[in-house]
Amino acid sequence: MNPTLTRRGFLKAGSIAGSGFALGLPLMGFAEGASLVGSAELNAYVQVREDGKIIIYSGSPEMGQGIKTSLPMIVAEEMGADWDDVIVKQTPEVDTERYGQQWTGGSFTIYLNWNLMREMGATAADMFISAAAIAMELPKDELKAIDSRVVHIHSDQSRTFAELAALAYKQPIPDKEGLVFKERGDYRILGTSISQVDSLEIVTGVGDFGIDTRVQNMLYGSYEKCPAVGGEIVSANVDEIKKLPGITDAWIVKGNGNVRELMDGVGIVGTDTWSVFKARKALKIKWDESNASKDSWSSFVKFADGVGNTGADVSIDNGNVDAAFSDPKNTVLSSLYEYPYVTHMCLEPMNCTAHYRPGNGGKDHLEVWIPTQNGPRFQEMAKERYGLEKDQLTIHIKRMGGSFGRRTSNEYVIEAIELSQRSGKPVKLTWTREDNIRYDFLRQGGFNRLRGAVDPQGKIVAIEEHGVGVESGGEPSRFNGPNPSAFPFSTMDNVRGSSTNYRMDTPVGPWRAPYSNTHAFVSQAFIHELATAANRDHVELLIEMMGEPRWVDDGNWRAMNTERAVGVIKLAAEKGGWGKKMPAGRGLGFSFYFCHAAHVAELAEVSVSENGEVTLHKVTAAVDVGPIINRSGAESQVQGSIIDGFSTMAGQKITMENGRVEQTNLDQYPVLRIDKAPEVDVHFIESDYDPTGLGEPGLPPLAPAVANAIFAATGKRIYKMPLIDEGFSV
Amino acid sequence: MPGYTLEINGTQTVVEAEADMPLLWVLRDKVGLTGSKFGCGIGQCGACTVHVNGSPIRSCLTPVSSVAGQQVTTIEGMASSDQLHVLQQVWIDQDVAQCGYCQAGQLMSAAALLENNPNPTDSDIDDAMTGNYCRCGTYIRIRKAIHTAAEFYNAAQETQS
Repeated sequence: MNPTLTRRGFLKAGSIAGSGFALGLPLMGFAEGASLVGSAELNAYVQVREDGKIIIYSGSPEMGQGIKTSLPMIVAEEMGADWDDVIVKQTPEVDTERYGQQWTGGSFTIYLNWNLMREMGATAADMFISAAAIAMELPKDELKAIDSRVVHIHSDQSRTFAELAALAYKQPIPDKEGLVFKERGDYRILGTSISQVDSLEIVTGVGDFGIDTRVQNMLYGSYEKCPAVGGEIVSANVDEIKKLPGITDAWIVKGNGNVRELMDGVGIVGTDTWSVFKARKALKIKWDESNASKDSWSSFVKFADGVGNTGADVSIDNGNVDAAFSDPKNTVLSSLYEYPYVTHMCLEPMNCTAHYRPGNGGKDHLEVWIPTQNGPRFQEMAKERYGLEKDQLTIHIKRMGGSFGRRTSNEYVIEAIELSQRSGKPVKLTWTREDNIRYDFLRQGGFNRLRGAVDPQGKIVAIEEHGVGVESGGEPSRFNGPNPSAFPFSTMDNVRGSSTNYRMDTPVGPWRAPYSNTHAFVSQAFIHELATAANRDHVELLIEMMGEPRWVDDGNWRAMNTERAVGVIKLAAEKGGWGKKMPAGRGLGFSFYFCHAAHVAELAEVSVSENGEVTLHKVTAAVDVGPIINRSGAESQVQGSIIDGFSTMAGQKITMENGRVEQTNLDQYPVLRIDKAPEVDVHFIESDYDPTGLGEPGLPPLAPAVANAIFAATGKRIYKMPLIDEGFSV
Repeated sequence: MPGYTLEINGTQTVVEAEADMPLLWVLRDKVGLTGSKFGCGIGQCGACTVHVNGSPIRSCLTPVSSVAGQQVTTIEGMASSDQLHVLQQVWIDQDVAQCGYCQAGQLMSAAALLENNPNPTDSDIDDAMTGNYCRCGTYIRIRKAIHTAAEFYNAAQETQS
C-alpha cells in the first residue's frame, strides 16, 4: 500500500467537518511508516479554518516563560502565516505520542521543539503550495507561502490559505527529509516582538490559571501535614472540625510516606476556600515525630564551619592542583562561601482540581486540572498509583502563576485526588501561602570552600572547590555538584572538585537554574577575588581564562564555546561602561556564567550608602542563545531573571530548626518591590547556532556581579547570601 | 448564614457568607469572579487588590460585612462594555506580563494611581505600587506602561476638553 495514500486517507477520515486542514506530528517511537498525521481531533498541531484563521497548538505548558507564544511563532514562520491570523491554543490533552514532549523545564523547551515546530510549519506550507499548484495550474517551484497566502513569484497571482484549505489537506504529506526551512534573512515573525498570546485574558482577569478552575458541584479542599516532614498522624479532632460552618467533611489520612505523593495529614472539604482555611486553624493534631525531620540550619552551619575536605568525594581532578598550591612563587587564596535555602514563592499557590469517578463495575475515571510543568509525569504516576490507563484519565494542563521548577512534583495532585475519592465529588484543593513555604522542595542551602593559585604573571593556574551539600531522602542532592561542565571547571587545566554531604531531611528540588544559581555566585565572586589579589582587570582575566576559541566539549554545541563566551564578556563590558571612573561609594561589578547552553555576561552598577544600604542602579546583560524567537519575551526573561536574582540575594533565606521551616509568609521573607528594581539593559548576540532557552540563564550571573560591585564600592567582600547576613540592607 | 448586598462591577449582588469571610473569597468562590487572586492572605502581595468606592484595598483582609452596600470594582469590571481601560491596552501592547498572576492586582493599583494623579513621577509610582509584588520581576515594564498610559490618558482628556 502506498504510505502517502494511507496517511492522506487517515487525515481525511479523521478530519472534523469544516475544520479544513489539519496536520499532525511525526509520532515518536512509532514504527516507520506509521508516522504522521491525524485530524483536527487526532494528532492535530495546525488547523486552518475556512475563515482563514489558523489554529496552532502549543504543546508545552505556560508558566510565564512565554513558550505558548514562542513555539507557535516558529510554526507560523515556516508555514508562511500572517501572525494576525493565528489563534494559539494549548494542546487539549496529554498525549506524548501525538504531540511529542509536553513538559517544560531546564530551559530546554525551545531547544527540544525547534526542529519539530519548523517541520510542522514547513509541512503545512508545502501542502498549501501543492494545493495552489493545482488550483492555479502553476509549477510548485514558482510558488511560495507568505502572509497566509500562496503567491506566484513571477506574477501577481495568489490564493489565500482560506481559499486553499479544503484542497490543501488532501495533498500528500511531504517527507520530513525533503523539507527546506527558511533562511534567517527571510524571517518575518521570528526575531520580532509579539505580546504573549494570553495578554488580553490576563489583563481582563479571565486568564485560565489552575486556581481559577470551577467545576459543577465542586467542593473546596485543604490538607494539613506535619510541620516537620515525615511526622506520622496519631489523632486529630476531625469530629469537631466537621461541625464548623462551611465544612462538609474531614478525615484523618494515612499517607505512604513519600513527599512526592501523599504524607499523613488531615483533609478538609467545604463550601468555599475560606471555610476550609479557617477550619485548619481549629485543628488539634497529635503527631508522632519519632521519624520526622530534625533538621537544623544552625547545626548545618556549624558542621560546614568545622568540616575540612578530608574524606570528601572527589569527582573532578584534572591536572596537578597540589603542585600549583605548593609552589611558593604562587599566591594562594582560600575562602568559604555560603548560600541559604530559598523557597520558590510562586504567586499562584499549589493547587489542583480533581474528580475521581469510581467505575462501579465499569472503569474508574479520573479528571484533573493541574497547573504543572510536567503533565506526562502525572500520567505515569496515575498508572502506577491508581492503575489508570490513558482512556481512564483526562488531564487538563492549566496556565501556571509562576513555577521556577516548583510544579514538577505531584503531591498536591495526589492530595486533591484523595479528597475527591473520599468525598465522591470534584474537589479544588488549594495550599495556603504558609503551606507553599513549609512544604516546598526548597532550593538547597550550602557552603563552598574555594582555593585558588595565581602565578607571578597574574595567571590563575589552579582552582579547587569543596562543596558541603545536602543529603536528602537518603541520597546526595542532585544539585550538590561539582558539575564538570560549569565554568571554570570546564576550561582550566588544574582543577579539583569535591563534595561532602550533610543529612538534611527537608525536601529540595529544582529552583530556577539549579546548581548554577549558587555556583555562579561562589565561583565568579572567587575569580574576582583572585583577580583583585593579582591586581588584574577582572574582564581581561576572564577573557584570558577562555583561551583559544573552542567548544570545551568537542562536538557538543550545547557545551560552552569560549568564543561565544568572549563575545558576551566584551559586549557587556563595552555596553555597561566597564572601567569608567566611579565616585566614592559607587562601583561596577562583572560576571560571566554559562549554563543551559547559554552564554551570559552581566555588569552591575551599585552604590552603597554609609549605613550599608545597597542600591542596584543598572544591570547590563549580554546574552548569546543563538537567534532570538520572540524579542519581547526574550528581553522580558532576562529582565525578570535579573530582578529575581537581586530579590533572592538581597534578603531571602529559609531556615529550619527542629525539622520545622521557620519562615511562614511574606512578612518574614522579603521580596523585591518595584521601588528597588534596577534599570536593565539587554543585548543579544544572535550567533548562528540553533536557538536555546532563556527562562533561567539570565539569573546566575547577577549575584556575583552585584557582590563584585559591592566590593568595588566598599572594599568589603561578600561571602554569604543574602546580603542582610553581611550587614547590608536593600 | 447572613446575606449581604454589594454592588459588584455595577451589578447589585446578594451573597450569603459568614460575616468574617474576606471579600476575596466571596468574589472568587461565591460570585465566581476569579480575576482577583489569592497570593499570601496577609495583605502583603497585592494580588487580591480591588476597588471599594474607587479606592484600592486588599480584598484578602477585608471582611465582607465591612463592605456591605458599597461599590466593588474588580479586574473584570475595569473595561467599559466594549473598550479596554487604557492601562489594559498598554499592558497588552507592551507585553508587560510574564506568568500574569499578579497583574490584575497591579492594574487595579495602577488605575487608582492614575485616577488620583494623571501625571505620576517615578516616585509616585513607587509609592502606589510597592504593595504589589511581582514574582516574575516585570517591574520595569509596569513602570513604563504606567507612564505611557498616563500620556494617552492625558491626551484623551485634552481632546475631550
